[in-house]
Order: sequence, then structure tokens, then C-alpha cells
Amino acid sequence: MTKETQRVGRLALTPAVALLFIWMIVPLAMTIYFSTLHYTLLNPGTEAFIGLDNYYYFLTDPAFLYSMRNTLLLVGSVLAITIVLGTLIAILLDQAVVGRSIVRLMVIAPFFIMPTVSALVWKNLLMHPVSGLFAFLATSLGLTPIDWFTDAPLLAIILIVAWQWLPFATLILLTALQSLDEEQKEAAEMDGAGAVSAFFYITLPHLARPITVVILIETIFLLTVFAEIFVTTGGGPGLATTNIAFLIYLQALIEFDVGTASAGGLVAVMIANIVAFFLVRIVGRNLDA
Amino acid sequence: MGRITLEGVRKSFGKYAVIHDANLDIEDGSFVVFVGPSGCGKTTLLRLIAGLEDITAGRILIDGTNVVGVPPAKRGLSMVFQSYALYPHMSVRGNIGFGLKMAGLPRDEINRRVEAAAATLNLTQYLDRRPRELSGGQRQRVAIGRAIVREPKAFLFDEPLSNLDAALRVQMRLEVTKLQRQLATTAIYVTHDQVEAMTMADRIVVLNAGNIEQYGSPLELYDRPANLFVAGFIGSPRMNFIGGEQAQRHGAATIGIRPEHLKASRDGEGWEGKVSVAEHLGSDTFLYVDVPGIGSLTARSIGELGLAPDDTVRLLPDPRRIHRFDRDGKTISG
Amino acid sequence: MARRVSTTHKLVTTVAAWIVGFVIFFPILWMVLASFKTELEAFAIPPSFLFFHWTTENYAAVQERSDYLHHAINSIVIAGGSTLIALLIAIPAAWSMAFAPTKRTRDVLLWMLSTKMMPPVGVLVPIYLLYRTFGLLDSRGGLIIVLCLGNLPIVVWMLFTYFKEIPRDILEAARMDGATVGRELIYVLTPMALPGIASTLLLNVILAWNEAFWTLNLSTSAAAPLTVFIASYSSPEGLFWAKLSAASTLAIAPILVLGWFSQRQLVRGLTFGAVK
Repeated sequence: MTKETQRVGRLALTPAVALLFIWMIVPLAMTIYFSTLHYTLLNPGTEAFIGLDNYYYFLTDPAFLYSMRNTLLLVGSVLAITIVLGTLIAILLDQAVVGRSIVRLMVIAPFFIMPTVSALVWKNLLMHPVSGLFAFLATSLGLTPIDWFTDAPLLAIILIVAWQWLPFATLILLTALQSLDEEQKEAAEMDGAGAVSAFFYITLPHLARPITVVILIETIFLLTVFAEIFVTTGGGPGLATTNIAFLIYLQALIEFDVGTASAGGLVAVMIANIVAFFLVRIVGRNLDA
Repeated sequence: MGRITLEGVRKSFGKYAVIHDANLDIEDGSFVVFVGPSGCGKTTLLRLIAGLEDITAGRILIDGTNVVGVPPAKRGLSMVFQSYALYPHMSVRGNIGFGLKMAGLPRDEINRRVEAAAATLNLTQYLDRRPRELSGGQRQRVAIGRAIVREPKAFLFDEPLSNLDAALRVQMRLEVTKLQRQLATTAIYVTHDQVEAMTMADRIVVLNAGNIEQYGSPLELYDRPANLFVAGFIGSPRMNFIGGEQAQRHGAATIGIRPEHLKASRDGEGWEGKVSVAEHLGSDTFLYVDVPGIGSLTARSIGELGLAPDDTVRLLPDPRRIHRFDRDGKTISG
Repeated sequence: MARRVSTTHKLVTTVAAWIVGFVIFFPILWMVLASFKTELEAFAIPPSFLFFHWTTENYAAVQERSDYLHHAINSIVIAGGSTLIALLIAIPAAWSMAFAPTKRTRDVLLWMLSTKMMPPVGVLVPIYLLYRTFGLLDSRGGLIIVLCLGNLPIVVWMLFTYFKEIPRDILEAARMDGATVGRELIYVLTPMALPGIASTLLLNVILAWNEAFWTLNLSTSAAAPLTVFIASYSSPEGLFWAKLSAASTLAIAPILVLGWFSQRQLVRGLTFGAVK
């Protein structure tokens, strides 16, 4: 590589780096700035510097703690569902299946559906307490239908989001499974391992790394689940389905409390950064490999 | 004209010096081979001449003009890559003509030259094929065609035959040599195979760890190697090196004698030893002999000697062919 | 497979897989079926599965509503525009990282990926205020900017991985043949990387089409894409369901088809190479 190439290389990289840098820094700087102000759009012109008070109010607000709880429940449950089911389905699809490509398409499909469409389909066609399909199934079995969005709103959201992300986990794990050396499985068989032992001693360890990656990536995107909540419950009843992303949204665009929303936003960024740190490390290690 | 001169050429990657002070004068029209073990810097040196890498210090002159800092395309050189580096999405015609297209030549001229090059290389019937439809040897010829068609001042070859099977390699060796002679263009050829070097070159540059050990004709390198390294690199099987008392008797730290200069006999004159392995090729015999007090020696005889492992054999070195080396490995002349 | 799998095994796995696939796909299927029912049927109990009066009246109604078309066009413009612009910026950047790497390249790449990991809600406030000040709210341009920058890291990353697969010496041969960097990009690199570029385009159009945070918060009507249009029907008025199902089916159908083709790219693009 020559100096000339290097020079052109630097030039070619500049637009992307510059744009992303501005995209990162400017809003972030503004957020930090706003978070130190008492600034509400309802009373423009009364901005005042209040230091870290916004953070104090935000973090001690019971709504915050409640939304953190919801966030953790949401992320944790979706992770558990998608990874356990994803692993099982991946193993199933790794077997000899007639018409495997069509089954794959069916399994993958939910990921490509707009979140707003998914949420509305689930809410109205399936979970509607009177005319939804689940209600129908319940009554035909002699049970009372669940009024999902009143009695178990968070669970409803969890189901919707898990349904959307299951294909992602499945696809990743299936890809990883297919890279498992056939010879390793045969060697295990020669060594006398049954199907279950082979799963625990060969398959699962091989999947450990991809599962970690799935966990990290899903966490990053699940922390900011928004559309599904927006379209179905609007965070309610009360705060039952408000996660941290929605809470910040409420403060920003409903209560117009810029100061608090900014503080909240930074909190969200910091949480995401922790997860991102680990993910970037793994990606970096792979890059070097 | 294609005279290439290197003056004080140095190349470092960061702290690591890969080429130390190379000085070379390549005459127009000659076929020069850069040879040496892996990592000796031969490909790096080629790429410095091509302009694909920047030089750290020194000058590279093509026909008297210093081309340091000049981009590859403007140096008037063509390169044939080890992997051929053909453009997979273009036909053979497109591949060969690409350089001319970049130079802005008119379409008719490009076609004329491409067809001429294809004719020379027996590629005419493949002109509209894609590289993936061609065999290894054919692809190689396309790569050469691409190089010829620009009528460069010199050809640069980077181990072009190493991806071919043995039989094809021998055949292509001949073709490349004939072609170069026919075009009378300077050629610099990099290889790790000393047989290729010996058979194709007008002059050979032997490289070792970034240093030019010797620059001379094949026979010069064979008869008068400048040092231990060259002596051991050129010639197969390798020259026998003997140290200790035997060497001192000849006034040297190490002496060398090529296997073909050791006359082997059942009971004649010479060092006595036991055969450990005998390789019978029909035309030659290679004997690996343990000589007490001297070491393991390789001897080569023409014809069949009828010797087997554990047989006693006597090896007589031709006194006119004993090479003497001093403590630093340099040849002692005289 | 070195050995034949027993027919029973195959039967069991096939049936199980099809059941699983069907269950997962069911909500989509149900919605598509609803789109062909009359509004009354869509809400009827017990719900009918296949034997109902099939009608296309809902699709006709959707076509008549000019604002559906308007939002669909918005989706196309925004998803297509943001991805194309991202490509224009990303191709040179990916070239640089793949073929003119420096000691910093790895860190730059990782940094770019990390910008994608930032929760959008963290910068909702400043972006909203900035957009308000510059009149970018509810504008296609505004959405194109946000989505372009949001997806840029993924576009760069994917192109980088595809470019790395191109042998270096073919580009060097082009250099020896007299191509400048620009011509090298046009005549050699892009044609060779075309499949990779197409895949990147595909996946990112899908991601942009489905994006439902910025689109929901930064647009209301004029520039609102289909995500917003569908969301505006979140109030429970039963008599809309068949029509909404039709509109939704139209909204997702193209993406489902494209998505089928971009499965492998999904793995490559969204796992940032952490899974092979």
C-alpha cells in the first residue's frame, strides 16, 4: 500500500466518520446540556440551571424505578423466551425436514413485519377479549377469556415482542448450528454419546458464543422497545407497561419536560453503553481472528 | 528501452527493515530472477519496483529516470501476479484490453493489440470467455497477455507458475522464456524455486533476509558462490558442508563440496563411510553416507552403483571443486 | 449427511417443524385472511378460518383512500432514499477500511458499530427540538436524514465484510493497468461486489421501512410513512379491522418477499460478524 492509497483512503473515510461523529456528539452534547436545566416547553423562557437536580428527581421518581422494573422484566423475559425457543427450533430446523425452506420462511416472517402492524394484529385479532381468537379458543374450552391489556398488559407486550424477535434468535442459532462440524458429532457418537449427552456436551458449548451474541444484541435493541407499547397500551394501564424508553418519551413529548427527559435519556444511554461495551469487545475479537 | 537500476534501496515496515540497502543494475532485455527462501524480501523488492509499495530510502531508476513517488501506471511496467488476478466479471478480451482502455486508446487500436497478443499466446478462441471458464494454464496466459499488450519497458513476474501442476509448470517455463526472448523486453521474475531460476535466468539475484547475497549468471553462482548461503541455496541436492579438522586442513573454517563432485566407489580412494540411504533414480544414484569424523554427506553418481544401506563406500572429493569459506561464511578465493 | 435418516425420524421432525412454523406464522396468516373478509365476518364469533365469503372489497377501499397511497409513497421514498444515500457514503468508507487500512481502522469500525447501539430515545429530545427549529418535523428529508445516519453503521459494516472477500491483487492489477482509485472503484470493485451491495441495500431498505421510533415521533401526516399510518388506527374500533388488515397486508407484503431473500444478510448485518 502506498502513501497515495493511504491519502485517498483517509479522504474516502472522512464523510462517514464526520457524519456519524456529528450525529453522535451534537445531540448527546445537547442532551447533557438540557439535563442540567429546568426546561419545560410548557413554560418557555423559564430555563434555569439546576445542575444535577434533574437526575436526582428522575432517579428517585417512583415512576423511574417502576419503569426500570418493567424494562428488566421485558428484556429478561423476551431473552429467555427467544433463546430457549430459538435454540429448540434451530435444532429442529437443523434436522431433515421436508420443505425446510418454506418452514424457514414461516419462522422468519415475524421479524420482517412492521412493529406497528404486529402489535395491532396481536391486540385486535388475537388478544381482543371479545372477538379475538384467543378469547374464542378460551370460551370453546370453557375458560374465561383473558383481557390481556387490562389484566396482564406487560405479559401481552412481552409476548408480542418475543414473537417478533424469535426469528432473529432462531436464524442466528441455526446458522451457528450449521457451522458445527459434522465430524465432531460423529466422533461423539463413536465415543458412545446419546442424543441428549451430545446436545449438552457438544452442541450447547458450541452455541455458547452465538447465544452470548444474541443476548447482547437483543438486549441493546430490547432496551428501547417503543412502537409496540405506543400502539397498544400507551404505557398503561397506569405505568404497567411503561419501560424506560417510553417513560422518557412521555416526559419529552407528552409532558414536554425537556430537562427531566434529557436526564432520563442519558441514563438510558449509560445503561446501553454497558451492554455495548461487552458486545464491542466480542466483535473486536472476531475482527482480529 | 528497459534498463532498471536500484541505488541504496531500503524498505522498512515501521521498525522492521525488510530490504537493506539494495544495489542492482539490470540491463535492458535481460531476464533477471529474484530467488530466495520465504520471507527474504524478493516479492517486496519486486513490488517496490512496480510502485505498489513505497520505498523508505534510495532511488529506483528506469532508463535513467528516478521513479520513486511515481504511481505504478506511469512507470511503464506490467505485472503478472501469482494468482493471475484476472477480472472475473470481464471476458478475456476485456481483461487483456483493460489497461489500454484506462490509457484512453481508441477502440480499434485496443482490439488490434488484444487480438495480436491473443494470437501470440494461442488464446484467440477464448477471447469471449470468462476467466472462470478457463483452465489454470489458460488463465495464466491471459495474465501474461494482459501484461504484454501494454508494451511495457519491463515485465514483472511474481511467482506466476507456483499455482500450476508440475508438468504444466515445466511447459510454461519454456514458453515464458521463449516469449521473453522473442519480445526482447526486460523481465524480472520472482521465484522460490532455484531450478526455475537456474533454467530461465540470464542473471540471478539471490536474496536472504533482505540482503542481496549475489548477483550473477547461473553458472557463476554455481561455480563461484560468494558465500555459504548462496553455495547452499543453489544446486540440488544441497552442497555438503564440512567443518572442523578437515576444513582447517584446507585453510578454511568450512569447506563445501557438491554431491556431484564426490566420486563414490566401493573400494577406491577417499573418505570411508557407511551408506544410510540409497536413492535409485535409474539415471542417477543419490547416496546418503555417514562418514565418521566428518558427518553426513550426500553423494551423486551417474548410473547405477549397486550399493545398498549399510554398505561401505568411499567418497573422493574433486580437489578442484572444493569451496573454502572463512569464519563469516564468505568464500575464500584462490 | 453420511447416513440415511430413518423415515420415522424424518416424519416426526417434518411434522413437528411444520407445526412450529405454522404456529409462528399464524398471526400473519390470520391477518391476511381477515383482509379478505367483510367487516362483519372479521369480528364474528366463532371466527371462521377458511370458509367464509371471500371478498376483495377491503383492498378496493384501501386503494380508494388516497392517503394510503400517500403514506406508501412516503415509505418508499424514505426507505429507498435513506438507504441509497447511506450507500453513497458507505462505499468509499468501506473501501478505505478494507483496502487502505491503518492502525486505527479497527477502532473506527468498532466505534461506528457502537453508534448503532445507542438508544434512540437518549437523543429524542435534542433531535426533536432541532427538527422543530429547522422545520424538519414531518418532512421526508428529515426522516431520510435520521434513518440514513441510523443505518449507516450497518451499511458500512456489511459492505466492509463483502469488500474484504475481494482478492487484493485484482485491485492491484487494476492499479498496474492504470486505473486511478475512482476508476478502480467503478470498473472493478463495484461490479465484483455487486451481489454484496445488493444484499446490503435489501436489508437496509427493510430495516428503514420497518423503523418505528423516529417515524412515529418525527412525523404526523405529510411525511408519515406506513408505520405511522397503521399506528393511527390503534383505537379499538372494530369495524375497521378487515380494512386495516388489508392495508397492513399491503404494507408488509413487499417486505416479506424481500426479507425471504435477505436471510443470510440478516445474520451478517445484524450480528456484526460475531457469528459466522
